[in-house]
Amino acid sequence: MDLDIAIQLMGSSLRLATPLLLACLAGLFSERAGIFDIGLEGKMLAAAFTAGAFAAVSGSAWIGLLAGIAASMVLALLHGLASITLKGNQLISGVAINFLASGLTALIGQNWFHQGGQTPQLSGSGRFLGVQWPLTETIGQIPVIGPVYQNLISGHNILVYLALLTVPATWWVLFRTRFGLRLRAVGENPGAVDTAGVSVVRQRYAAVLICGLLCGVAGAYLSTGMSAGFVREMTAGKGFIALAALIFAKWRPWPALWACLLFGFLEAVGIRYQGISIGSLQVPVQFMQALPYILTVVILAGFGGKAIPPRAGGRPYVKER
Amino acid sequence: MKFAKTLASVATLVLAASAVHAEDANPAVIFDLGGKFDRSFNQASFEGAERFTAETGIAFREFELQSDAQREQALRKFAQDGFNPVVVAGFSNESAMTTVAAEFPDTDFAIIDGFVDLPNVRSVVFNEHEGSYLVGVLAAMASQTGKVGFVGGMDIPLIRKFACGYVQGVMATNPDAEVFENMTGSTGAAWNDPVRGGELAKSQIERGADVIYHAAGGTGIGVLQAAADAGALGIGVDSNQNYIHPGQVLTSMLKRVDNAVYDAMMDVQTGNWSSGLEVMGVAEDGVGYALDENNADLITDEMMAAVEDAKAGIISGDIVVHDYTSDDSCPAS
Repeated sequence: MDLDIAIQLMGSSLRLATPLLLACLAGLFSERAGIFDIGLEGKMLAAAFTAGAFAAVSGSAWIGLLAGIAASMVLALLHGLASITLKGNQLISGVAINFLASGLTALIGQNWFHQGGQTPQLSGSGRFLGVQWPLTETIGQIPVIGPVYQNLISGHNILVYLALLTVPATWWVLFRTRFGLRLRAVGENPGAVDTAGVSVVRQRYAAVLICGLLCGVAGAYLSTGMSAGFVREMTAGKGFIALAALIFAKWRPWPALWACLLFGFLEAVGIRYQGISIGSLQVPVQFMQALPYILTVVILAGFGGKAIPPRAGGRPYVKER
Repeated sequence: MKFAKTLASVATLVLAASAVHAEDANPAVIFDLGGKFDRSFNQASFEGAERFTAETGIAFREFELQSDAQREQALRKFAQDGFNPVVVAGFSNESAMTTVAAEFPDTDFAIIDGFVDLPNVRSVVFNEHEGSYLVGVLAAMASQTGKVGFVGGMDIPLIRKFACGYVQGVMATNPDAEVFENMTGSTGAAWNDPVRGGELAKSQIERGADVIYHAAGGTGIGVLQAAADAGALGIGVDSNQNYIHPGQVLTSMLKRVDNAVYDAMMDVQTGNWSSGLEVMGVAEDGVGYALDENNADLITDEMMAAVEDAKAGIISGDIVVHDYTSDDSCPAS
């Protein structure tokens, strides 16, 4: 019985951590290249809306996913244009994107579907449903391993597995390829990269676009995987929690996975255990629900150790003339 | 000079307009957080207003609240602009209504789910505990596992009232049953968080629940979705939500907010307006359970008989369903 609960909690954590993880890795690419991005939230929201809308119209979750990625990448390009080409303030551009997405999704949604900014309910092929792994019934009979395989490893939708695979992929790209080396270099010392004859602008645009791609998947997961349709403000601050996780993980892919799983776990615990009592003390529901946010504050206050951002982060690169 | 002229002509226009509408109703309706299309509470009030428009040809003005700060502003704006009646759905508007209704004694106000003791306010409250009792009876009979769930929206006494009535209905039918209760949150955002609603429902299903009742506005969409995905049954609330997942929604606890809104507008139109408290229970057909072609196969004759028995019992007074809000406690759990 206890094992069952633990497995259920972990399964729930995994589902809740997926959008955080994708957004966190998105931010990782962007910030490692020296472009701060607090517009993760807005990009996710725009992608969630577009994915929900296109999946509803076309009846295919895959078309929704592609549309969501496209929408998110357009916003990412906008961020790139403002902060790389026009050398504007990256934080302000990010805030603008958040507001833009929040307003536009509601406005377009209302005019398109006339349902108060929601998209129609998705059903069947319009959603990413859980994938049952082979032999779940057979292996499910084995004690301990069975339930873990059946309920924790199998049964999630494909985007969850995609998100998990993105972690080693990110590590490999950043630390084992020439592209990754250059990407990290433009975040630390763009002058040196420029001297070596590599275009800082192109490198940073590439990073921002990858960020858009991953945010797009995260948003599509929210509207077509985790729930069935878009509702206004459905990201509910996940983009900012992802940023906190990114800082907690000190801009590294594997720690990002653990940080996001931790946030997902806390949320799952908050959902699962409402009104638990420790001895005679009843823990208020509000406390459980506030846990992820309390943790965020604690982490950002420095308990997570010293987090040093990429050195050239936040500064537009100006070539000396 | 030109400005003064424009102002004068606008003033004349406004006067002319108000003269035309002096005897006709000129209704305005304010929707609570969760949005007009929550397929639930607000949508019911929207449908009531639409029905009024369809029958009388008189258009209504509407406003969707986006934050708590707008409650007073919206009410005052409509009252200032001469709308009559001004209908608001949602308990959260009580204090705003108390302030604004006192400022505009000549305007008729109606509040649903709340009580404001002023001579120009009609307060409509529903006996949700009675309706919830009925769906609780159905839930207990439909459940194979003997475990059923409840997902509430914001943690407030009104939602506890739903929960308490439901638990009583379940326990009266199957004393060995187990009921899981969860609330989505403690802020207005809890009405519009289907992701969290779905996750709550999933956790209840994993613990064995196979029928889940929600009283959570837009959040409930996620609850019904999760129940349908897992092959369990959901129970809708406020509006008839059986159509959302045909064959996967056992029934819906109907709360005829649409009638309350429609009546408020129509009574002003026909000159039958009355203020004061109106209580809509099972006896008044204010609450009930939904039966249509989408759930006809789910409700057996036996269940039908049991729930009709319960309904007759409540009307006759043989069954007394405890109202959580009367003493802030629930005898059943």
